[in-house]
Formats: sequence, structure tokens, C-alpha cells
Amino acid sequence: MSNPKTLFEKVWEQHVVVEPKGEPTLLYIDLQLLHEVTSPQAFEGLRLAGRKVRRPDRSIATVDHNVPTTLEGRLNIVDQIAAKQISTLRQNCADFGIELYDVDSRQQGIVHVIGPELGITKPGMTIVCGDSHTSTHGAFGALAFGIGTSEVEHVLATQTLPQSKPQTFRISVEGELPQGVTAKDVILAIIGKIGTDGATGCVVEYAGSAIRSLSMEGRMTVCNMSIEAGARAGMIAPDEKTFAYLRGRQFSPKGDAWDKAVAEWSKLPSDPGAMFDRELVIDAATLVPYVSWGTSPGMVAPVTANVPDPANAATDIDRKSFERALEYMDLKAGTPLAEIEIDRVFIGSCTNGRIEDLRAAARVAAGRKVSSHVSAMVVPGSQQVKAQAEKEGLDRIFREAGFDWREPGCSMCLGMNPDILSPGERCASTSNRNFEGRQGRGGRTHLVSPEMAAAAAIAGHFVDIRTWEVREEVIA
Amino acid sequence: MEPFRTLTSLAMPLDRTNVDTDQIIPKQFLKRIERTGYGDFLFFDWRQTPTGEPIADFVLNDPRYKGAQIMVAGKNFGCGSSREHAAWALSDYGFRAVIAPTFADIFYSNAGKNGIVLVKLSEEQVDELLKNASTIPNYQLTVSLEAQTVTDGRGFNASFEFDAFRKFCLVEGLDDIGLTLRHAAELDTFEKQHDAANWLKAK
Repeated sequence: MSNPKTLFEKVWEQHVVVEPKGEPTLLYIDLQLLHEVTSPQAFEGLRLAGRKVRRPDRSIATVDHNVPTTLEGRLNIVDQIAAKQISTLRQNCADFGIELYDVDSRQQGIVHVIGPELGITKPGMTIVCGDSHTSTHGAFGALAFGIGTSEVEHVLATQTLPQSKPQTFRISVEGELPQGVTAKDVILAIIGKIGTDGATGCVVEYAGSAIRSLSMEGRMTVCNMSIEAGARAGMIAPDEKTFAYLRGRQFSPKGDAWDKAVAEWSKLPSDPGAMFDRELVIDAATLVPYVSWGTSPGMVAPVTANVPDPANAATDIDRKSFERALEYMDLKAGTPLAEIEIDRVFIGSCTNGRIEDLRAAARVAAGRKVSSHVSAMVVPGSQQVKAQAEKEGLDRIFREAGFDWREPGCSMCLGMNPDILSPGERCASTSNRNFEGRQGRGGRTHLVSPEMAAAAAIAGHFVDIRTWEVREEVIA
Repeated sequence: MEPFRTLTSLAMPLDRTNVDTDQIIPKQFLKRIERTGYGDFLFFDWRQTPTGEPIADFVLNDPRYKGAQIMVAGKNFGCGSSREHAAWALSDYGFRAVIAPTFADIFYSNAGKNGIVLVKLSEEQVDELLKNASTIPNYQLTVSLEAQTVTDGRGFNASFEFDAFRKFCLVEGLDDIGLTLRHAAELDTFEKQHDAANWLKAK
């Protein structure tokens, strides 16, 4: 084949509006996702400049970050500043003609969960959102990345963004994932290996048999945390699994248009011989379940390991960061991770709040009880995930085990709503960031897979999920 | 946007790596719908205790660095959340330039749109500046965007790379949307063709 191209290059080239000499490329944006937190100043900017939204049909909005996850809480939001931000989004969507999936909509949910489940996210698209976890949508072979509010305004006004072409970085995970090792462990391992700035300036394509073997939910988990390795975006080649997931969804093409779409999407995977700026190959057999121990997603270790010693850090400034992280986390070097006791468990977020994540956690929790000193909650990523889980009886399994079953939203991933940790509380969390104070000031976050979080809730401390007896038969 | 050409200012050392935007501006301040007034909340959780007492050993509270417009920090500054509020908080507080070995991509873009110049120097050079800024009283740096240099008037002289177009926008203080609209005709033509690709339509 002449001039073989990568998946990224194909998507990029289909969206180049103009390449002015000496300036960044002007890239067309197929879809912008909006939420209450990073959009108000963008709409205000449009008003001040007397501009309109160029393509309201290429934007959708929902409320997720600020929304309380109790039924009573969301109908009457006590936090007046949060309530005002939500009502501002309502007004902006009404004024500019943008479809909003509001708090009472059956399609409401975390923006990165509803895009795919409504069939709005499609292979080959360019997708942006004022949220760094927009990389999630790359699981479908879309080029999707997070932007700031000035850029949100830019896209609203022009449906384009000036972009410098990023580098390409292929990370291939080859072989079969061992039992108990999930998509979350794959991405935690990658971040631990390349570091939180390991993919800065790059679009990562995840490839290899272990990636192909993942479900769409698993692929979304991997792409979701690309930003935690510094990547501009993460992408996975669309295949039969991608098409099977999208077929029949609300906004997926139907009839002849579907066949035409599949034919186009099938041209997207990287050509044999396509060159990447960087390459990394990981042997799936070497992967294990991971737990983060520090205040940066790169600070991860196998669940069987001990808290590392800062004395072994490569540089002086790294050593100081390690020491500061251990002090914040109230951990001592050498402590086995499996001996760390927890107070709270959070299962949810745009990383692990999808139906498959909830099924996996339910299999671990079924017939067991949450430890007496742990408070645990499950927050479905969307109304549709919640409805599906209730249809399968997962809510009953969680409730009987002592988990709190909540309404959809970002919840305790970022503490912008009433779900927060108290100072000093330690949480096993399926979310994406363990930054200082992320889940509440003074709160201590350990990132894990849904299975590991559920097991920790029951044991009261971290456990190696590979040694856990899972009751497959309880899930239909 | 205020144009940026050359800035001479006191330099404040922030001797930490992976300074994430959750630290630069904590989540509770993201619920506001305004674009201004974030300076008081810059590094909020590092600046004061939960009861509101200033934390004396945090550098922003050190009277020696009052009025600093240049910050020197460790690698991967601005990682994490895409919140532009981080750039608004830095700018509102008075910072016009940050010097570090590396910056996160989204923050890099946000800073540029708010007239903040991000200067990448080597880890060794940044280490030297961190040391100087913490030990030499009233340590002043000059960041010249036009010459693409950082100097301290006492022997430190480093040049840095900077994207030519971004430099042009910062030096002129230009607004991006206006620049894009120069290409309105090309955009109209492209969009007409692109709309025919149904498989790339949201709905």
C-alpha cells in the first residue's frame, strides 16, 4: 500500500479546513459536548461579542458535575452557587438552541457515558468537551480531547479549533490478560510505566490483542485515563465490537445509512506499515491488579507490593514529591498495600460507571456484606445504566450487601456535589484521579478497578482480587 | 488580551512536580459562572488550613515573594483537569509567566489564551532557578518573549523554544476567534462538503 496512514492521521486529514502557512491547522469539530461547569463563561463571551452558535445541531449538553446523587437532593439543590450554574446552562441551551439532557431526563448522565450510549459518539469523528476525560470517546476510533473554556467558546462560534498536529504514540498490549486483571489495571500499569507526562504532546493509539479483547466499556476505561499519562487523546481502532455496540442506538444511522457508515468506519484502522513517532509494547501476561498509593496517578503499585520508599526515587525533586505524597496519604514506606484499611468506597465515574463495571462489582459483592467500618456507594454513570442495572437486579445485590445505590452523576470523583470525603478519610475509588483533595479536602484516594473496590468494601482493606471467589451465577 | 513582550519581575519558586490544576484552583470555586475574581482562591488548600489560618511555610504566603509575576516550578505543571479557571486564577493573582521543564497540554493552551507565557527550560536550568529564587533575596528574572530568553542579570542566560504563531498572538494580544474568522470562506466550503458525510454526524 502506498503511504500507509495511522488511524489518527486518517481522522485528522478528514477534518482539515485550512492549513495557513506558519499557523496551526484549522480543524473541523464534529461534536461538542457541554456541561454546566466549563461552559457559562463561553456563552457569556459569545453574548459580549454578539456572536451566535454556528451549529447548534453539533452540540449536546447535560448536567453531571454538580448534580447531587440523591433523589431529594437533585430536585432541590441546596448549594445555591451550583444551582445557579445549572440554571445558567438551561438558559444558555434555550437561548442558543442546544439540546439539553436535564436532571429529569431519561438520557441524563455523565457526559462521557451518555455520548456513546446514545450513539452520538461515532468512529472517525472529532469530538471536544470542556473536560479532560473527553479522551474516553477515542475508544470508538474518534479523535476526542478536552479543551478549556476559551476553546469551548471558539468551537461554539466557529465549529473549528486551531490545532498543532500532535505526535503519534502506539502502545500495544499483546497477549491474554490474566484472570482478575481489568481494563483499569491496563491503564494504571501504562501510566505507572510511562509516567504522568509520558505521553504529553501525543495522541496514543492503544493496540494489540489484549486491547482488542476488551469490551467497549473496557476500551472506554483505557482511553478515559489517557490524559493521566499526559496524552492529548487516546484512540482504539473501530472493529466488529464497535459496530455491534453502536447498532440500533438512538442516534446511530439506520438502514442503508448504517451500511454506508460501517463501510466508511471500516477504512479507519491504521494501515499495515503505518509509522508512529513512538512505540511501546507491553506483555499482558506481566500485568496484575494495581492500587495507587500516592497523590498522582503514576504512583501505582501491584496490590501484592509494599508502599515504596522515597529514598529510591530517581531525583531529588521526585524524592520530595514522594515524601510529600506519603505524608498526605498518611502511609509509611514498606507497608503492604493489602494491609491498608479503608473508610469509604466509591464505584462510579466516567472511568468505571458503566453497566459492565457495575456487573463486575456486583459479582464480587453478591451474597457478602460491606465491612462494618466501611461506607460504600455505587453511582451509575447515567440514567440508562441505572435502568439497565435495576432490570438485571444489580441494585438489589448492592443494597443487600450494604452499598448505597445512587442517582447518576460525577459524584465523588471530583467532589463538586455533596458526595465528598471528610478530612483524613481513606477511599478505594474507581475514579481517575488521586490528587490531593480531589474527593474532598484532606481525603485520601486509592485508584482501583471496580472488582478491587467491591472486594475492599467487603474486606475493609485492599485484597488481591485474583484470590477472591467470584460468584458468576448470581448475575443473569 | 494584554500583549506580552518582555517582563522583569521577582521570581517565586514552587519546588514541586506534577502541580495539578485541582491544586491551582480547587473544585469548590468552579461553580461560579464569572471569568474573573479567582485570584483569592489560587492554591487555596495549600495557602490556608481548613479553618482559614495561613500556612506560613507555603511560598505564596512568604512576604519575600509578594508581587512576584514569574513562577518557577517542577515538571508537568498544570496537569489534570482542563479547567481554564487555573489560568484565570494565576492571571488574576498577578502571574504573567511560569518557567518549568514541561507543562501539560491543555493547561498550555489555556494559559496562552489568557496572556500567560509558559517557558520550557531544561531540568538543570529550572533547578538552578529554583535554588536562586529560594536563596538570593529579591531574585529578579527577565523573560523576553521577543528574544525568547530568560536572564537574571547575574550570569544566567537561557534561550527557549516557542511556537512562532503563538508568540505572534501573545505579543500582539490577539483573540483567536477573530483570527479563525479570517478563514470564513474556506470554512463555509469545507462545511458544505463535510455535512454530506452522514457517518460523522452527531444526530
